[in-house]
Amino acid sequence: MTDPTTHGPRPKLEIDGASKAYGTFLALQECTFSVAQNEIVSIVGPSGCGKTTLLWCMSGLHGLSGGEIRLDGMPIHKPHRDIGLVFQEANLLPWRNLRRNILFPFEVTGEKPDHDWIAHLLDRVGLTGFEDAMPGALSGGMQQRASIVRALSQHPSVLLMDEPFGALDTFTREEMNRLVEEIWLESKTTIVFITHSIEEAVFLSDRVVVLSGRPGTVAAIHDIDLPRPRTAEVMAGKQVFDLMNAIKGGIAGTRAKAAE
Amino acid sequence: MGDITPEFKKQGGGGVNMTNLSAFAPGGASRTRAEIVAIIVTAIIVIGGLELALRLFEVPHYIMPPPSAIGTALVTQFPLIAPHLGHTLVELLGGFAIGASVGLVLAAVITQFPFSEKIIAPYILLLVTTPMLALVPLLILRFGFGYTPRIIAVALASGPMVMINAATGFRRTDSAKIALARSYGASTLQIFWKIRAPMALPMILVGLMIGAIFGLLTAVGAEMVGGGFGLGNRLTSYSSRIQMPEFFAVVMILSFLGIAIYAIFFLIGKKWASWDA
Repeated sequence: MTDPTTHGPRPKLEIDGASKAYGTFLALQECTFSVAQNEIVSIVGPSGCGKTTLLWCMSGLHGLSGGEIRLDGMPIHKPHRDIGLVFQEANLLPWRNLRRNILFPFEVTGEKPDHDWIAHLLDRVGLTGFEDAMPGALSGGMQQRASIVRALSQHPSVLLMDEPFGALDTFTREEMNRLVEEIWLESKTTIVFITHSIEEAVFLSDRVVVLSGRPGTVAAIHDIDLPRPRTAEVMAGKQVFDLMNAIKGGIAGTRAKAAE
Repeated sequence: MGDITPEFKKQGGGGVNMTNLSAFAPGGASRTRAEIVAIIVTAIIVIGGLELALRLFEVPHYIMPPPSAIGTALVTQFPLIAPHLGHTLVELLGGFAIGASVGLVLAAVITQFPFSEKIIAPYILLLVTTPMLALVPLLILRFGFGYTPRIIAVALASGPMVMINAATGFRRTDSAKIALARSYGASTLQIFWKIRAPMALPMILVGLMIGAIFGLLTAVGAEMVGGGFGLGNRLTSYSSRIQMPEFFAVVMILSFLGIAIYAIFFLIGKKWASWDA
């Protein structure tokens, strides 16, 4: 893939010198990278490196202390209709059944729900027939699938995912990763994916951004030039092995630096 | 686990399970036949045993009448007691409606504006710790022997209980759910009604139940202090005339009222506020 920062059409998302301070604590320092239309970019890094802060700033929920984040060239200052969010753990409202959870965004914005699209999404993630179930009665994987439906229900052009599968077991996690890839292949949404799993990042992404911690800065950006869909054979190949080691080495380097 | 207790909210800090508040816990539906038999047999043994012991040891009626006498008094005297039950209910419902409404509004306000909490909190503590019954003679002096002083006492007793519990509920909202609402551009009001209020509902119900029971106790206490009507008045009247079967019949009615309050809020909670979080 061509580097969207140098040529090609205007990037979907531009993170331009983004800094974020909480009081005297500097969480992010001048992060700069961009995400092209239809690209999946993962952000990895040691815990506490500011990954989630960066994502929340990209969602418009948190303001920046310096720099700018632009969506289609327009600076983001508050939550934007075109940006869907998937949270750590499913973050469903436990007092609502799945249907009413998925309709929650429409209740807030006052838009008319696109029932055909929602039915299609539910079918896509295998939740048809569970519309009346309460979240507490569903497994963690099913809850997170419902939350993906909720995030996609209003046709966002960007999907921000904040360690969405961190609480799931390995098998469910791999299944969810394949699901995200399938949905992405079908809908061609632009996805920014936060994870602490390098394997997950390599499996899903076109590019992997490595953040170093305290304050969070972009330490490296790796292109993941692998054919899709990424089958088990692709993932077992030498190329993946080398990529993962390179990313791992980069993160270890940033930690060593932070410890100094 | 679902067949033992309705999961009555267990998100955030310590879970609130109304069933912890009494031995009433396992809902009727989950009782097996053996349990039902055991419950009935136990009741027969306890009540029958009491009856037998009281008669065997010839305990005077003015100390403790046998259950049969209480039962008879309950049935035969009920038409005479019923109007007083009505008066007590008017005081309870009136005072509780006022106290609970004010308590809920205050709870919502102080949790939305934490600064106001610092100002209001000492007065609420004062209200909670002051025995309202001590104020009843003053209220009677000012408002006479009618409903008014009693309704005020009930409101003052139940309101703070509702407020404290509801405020706890409003405070425990988790930030991810608020972020979710805000990510769709929800207003403060939408966040309150769609996130904070439903999340607080289990605690609000606990507050309403405790408030109602405090209100009942206060209503009866206030009736015992002064005024010529109400169940509390019957208690003082019957005991002063040593009509102990009638006295205990009134006590039984009060117990039923308390159980009814508990059951009402328990059922509301089970229907509207029991989710597996």
